[in-house]
This record gives sequence, structure tokens and C-alpha cells, in this order.
Amino acid sequence: MAAGSPLAAAIAEAHRREWAFVLAATVRVTRDLDLAEECVQDAYARALESWADGGIPANPGAWLTTVARRRALDLRRRSARFARSLPLLLDERYEPDEEPPHEVADDRLRLIFTCCHPALAPAAQVALTLRLVCGLSTTEVARAFLVSETTMAARITRAKKKIASARIPYRVPGAEELPARTDAALSVVHLVFTTGHTAPAGERLLRQDLVERALDLARMLRSLLAADREVAGLLALILLTNARSATRVSAEGELLLLADQDRSRWDQQAIAEGRELVREALRRRPPGRFALMAAIAAVHAEAASFEQTAWREIVALYDLLGEIWPSPVVALNRAAAIGLADGPAAGLRALDELAAEPRLATYRYLAAARADFLRRLGRTAEARGAYQEALLLTENAVERAFLAGRLQALDPSLPAPG
Amino acid sequence: MASYLILIYDDEAAVERADQASAHALLEAHREFGAANGAAISGGNALVSTESATSIRRDPSGELTVTDGPFIETKEALGGYYLIEAADLDEAIAIARQVPVRTGGVEVRPIRVFD
Repeated sequence: MAAGSPLAAAIAEAHRREWAFVLAATVRVTRDLDLAEECVQDAYARALESWADGGIPANPGAWLTTVARRRALDLRRRSARFARSLPLLLDERYEPDEEPPHEVADDRLRLIFTCCHPALAPAAQVALTLRLVCGLSTTEVARAFLVSETTMAARITRAKKKIASARIPYRVPGAEELPARTDAALSVVHLVFTTGHTAPAGERLLRQDLVERALDLARMLRSLLAADREVAGLLALILLTNARSATRVSAEGELLLLADQDRSRWDQQAIAEGRELVREALRRRPPGRFALMAAIAAVHAEAASFEQTAWREIVALYDLLGEIWPSPVVALNRAAAIGLADGPAAGLRALDELAAEPRLATYRYLAAARADFLRRLGRTAEARGAYQEALLLTENAVERAFLAGRLQALDPSLPAPG
Repeated sequence: MASYLILIYDDEAAVERADQASAHALLEAHREFGAANGAAISGGNALVSTESATSIRRDPSGELTVTDGPFIETKEALGGYYLIEAADLDEAIAIARQVPVRTGGVEVRPIRVFD
């Protein structure tokens, strides 16, 4: 099969759009995550042959679900394989001896809430979500988080074992727990997005594959939890932030700050969709953290230029965010916004108030922000020290090159640092 | 249904320092917890502080030796437990959240089932 053939495209599309639905429906039959994954992989393999002969079905997701569930039922009948060492996932709807209901329910939310259960370590939640909900291979998940495949495989296996042995249920939580559990799921999607938006290390600034997975996940949650304002907020945040992605790195691969980006190339369609969602997200009283972060991204998206940005509005939004989500990073961003609203001296004062915060001591953006304000105040020697500190803390190659460039520009007579 | 053990870890020094009224209040809180979750609780006890603990372990030569003190020395020590029955981890967590503690917390562990 040629890579660019309509069949290859249809399979790839079905993998991206339908994986979660097919797997979630198959877990219902197997009540075992590993076995369900095997059955779903098998269904995709069969699609390759069957669709080549008989054409691409009108509803690929339904075709794949039927084939995967039939395979699961077969395996269950030949139950030797079904006698697992681990207990089966809990599902109140029917016992494993019964036929599954004919009507295939949309179980994606169950799958998401199981993967994002707070009893699993955050890194495991992210890994399981990418693997089970997005259908990424262990190799792909390992590459995304810059860990070895062995480490990632062990992490995923351990998490699956805990789901079975501690009996984490395959269920959508009840109304009382739902807000906190939804927040946990949104945190996972947000982490996938931020990891893709600015890769913590490596040669590339952006990992577009991860950004797209985060966008897919946010859209999926939006379609499944349409009434949740924070879900709207997270989708808006991703759309509005990602709308700038094409302008964040120059043609030569250099980091471009917000001030230097070509705003005419921002994705206006994504911005329009994001702004609409922000309005909806802000209707919650008080607004949630994703709604406020999205609102900040919207203020940037609406500004005609960096200078014309409504910095006071941004400071006010960070004030609100700091009240509901007090974090050193929010405080740092607020301080940086004060510097842009009231000048570098005010910004530096606000940053220095944070210097005692231990969680910021090794945070690269604190040193970088101080360096920038010091440079603009003409305090060159101190700026140099701050840039050097930021360089020590930065592992992303594109960010490192930017900082090295700023450092050299302070004292052009010196050779560029390596 | 499955069985879970809820292990209660608390700062022993704080427990020791507690005056009679607050010790009484904690006991009362446990009685209320027991009454509210009676159907799920199949056992539970408070332990005497780790000062009274005796550990028995193998020394490098393989001999069992008896020593004074807990098996692992920690600031927050195991001070009691409940054995509960729950349908799944969510139900177990919902019960465990209600266990009264002073400053520490609880750990929920599934009981292993052997076929």
C-alpha cells in the first residue's frame, strides 16, 4: 500500500478519530485494557486487508468497533486466554458472561476518567491517556517525554496493573466528584499541550504532534462535556495560544518573542473560535483557571501590536488567576505583565518580590525575565549575570540560542558563547 | 466487593502532646466515623505508640534478632487501621476521606486475594 493512497489516508484518519471510541467500546467486552488494545490493533490490521478489497466503509468507526468486539467475544469464549492473573475492570452494567448490549454506547468518557484517575501518578495519567485515548505507541509516548522506551513501557504497565489491582473503576464519576475529576482530566490535556508548545528540552521549540493530540483531546472533551465551562476554557486556551505557533520561530529557526512576531500570520480562524469559547467559559462565576488563562491569551490575540496590548487588563486577569490558582508561575507572569504596563523598573520590583520563592529558584523564565528588565534599564553587568543564569537552567536548543544571542548583544565585542 | 486496608499515619509527638479534651474529641470522631460507615467496616484498631514497638528482623548472618522500636522510623507513624469492604477504589477513597486524623493522613491498600 502506498503511503499516500486513499486507503492509507482512511486508516490514518480512522486511527486518529476513532481509536478512543473503538477501544472504549471494546474494554466494555474484555474488561481488560491489554486485551482490548490487542483486539483493537487487530481490527485496524484487518481493516487494511478488508478495506483494500471491499472499499472503505461508510462508518469506519462502527466497522472497527464491530470487528474488535467480535474478536474480544471470541477470545472470551475460548476463555483460557481470559483467565487473567489480574482482576477484571469494574463495570456495573453487565457481567462478563452476558452478551454485550447490541447498541454500542460511547464509553470514551469512562476511558478518559480511568486514565486520568488521581490515584495514578501524574506522569502515568499522561502516558496512559496518550496511549489508550490517543492510540499512540509506547515508542511515540516515550519520545514525546524524552524518556527511554523501557522506562515508558514500565510506567504504562505499572499504571495498568494498579487500575486492575486497586480496582480503579471504569466509570464516569458521580455528580459530586465530577468537577474535581474533570479538572484532573483537563490538567492532563493541558500538560500534553504545554509539553508540545514549548518542549522542555531538545532541538525543536514546538512538538506539533503533541499540540495536535492535545487539541484533539480538548475537542473530544468539549463534545462529551458540553456544559462544562472549564472544558470550554481549556479548548479556548489551546486554540488561542496555538494560533501564534507559525510565528514563534523565524525562518532561520530562531525564537521570536511576542513583541517580534508577525501578527498578520496568526491563525484568525482559531482566534475567532477561541474568543467565542472564552466568552462562554467566563460565564462561570467565579471563572475557572483555564477560562482566565484563555482570557489572557485572548487579550494578546486581540491586540493590534505588542505595544498596544491591554497590559493592565492582563495584570488584572493574573490577579484573579492568582486568587483561585496561587502558583509561583502565575506570580511570575503577573510580575512580567506589570513590567510591560508600568515600565521595567516596576517589573523588576515585582520580580524581586518573588526571589525568595524556592520553587522559582531554578525556573528559567524568572532569570530570563529579570535579565530582560535589567537590560532595558541599562544595568548591563547585572543583565549579563541574569542571562548567564537563565542559560544554565534552559535545555531547549531554540531557547538557549535566543538567550545566547541576547547575552552577546549586551557586549558585541565578545565572541558568541557556544 | 473487595477488601481494603486503611492505614492511619499521624504525628505521634502531636498525639502525645494532645490534651485530654482533644484526645476525647478524636475518639468521638472515630466513633462517629464508625457509626456512619458501619456497613462497610469489617475491622479496625488503634495502636499503642511506636515507643512500645518491637521489631524482629534477620541480621546479616541470617539470624532473627529482636530490637526495640518500629520497623521503619518515620515522623508520621502507623497509629491505627480500618479494614473495609468496598465495590471499588472510588468507594474506598470516599470512606477513607472521612477517617479522622490530626495532622497526618491515610493510605488505602487493596487486600491481596489468593486463588
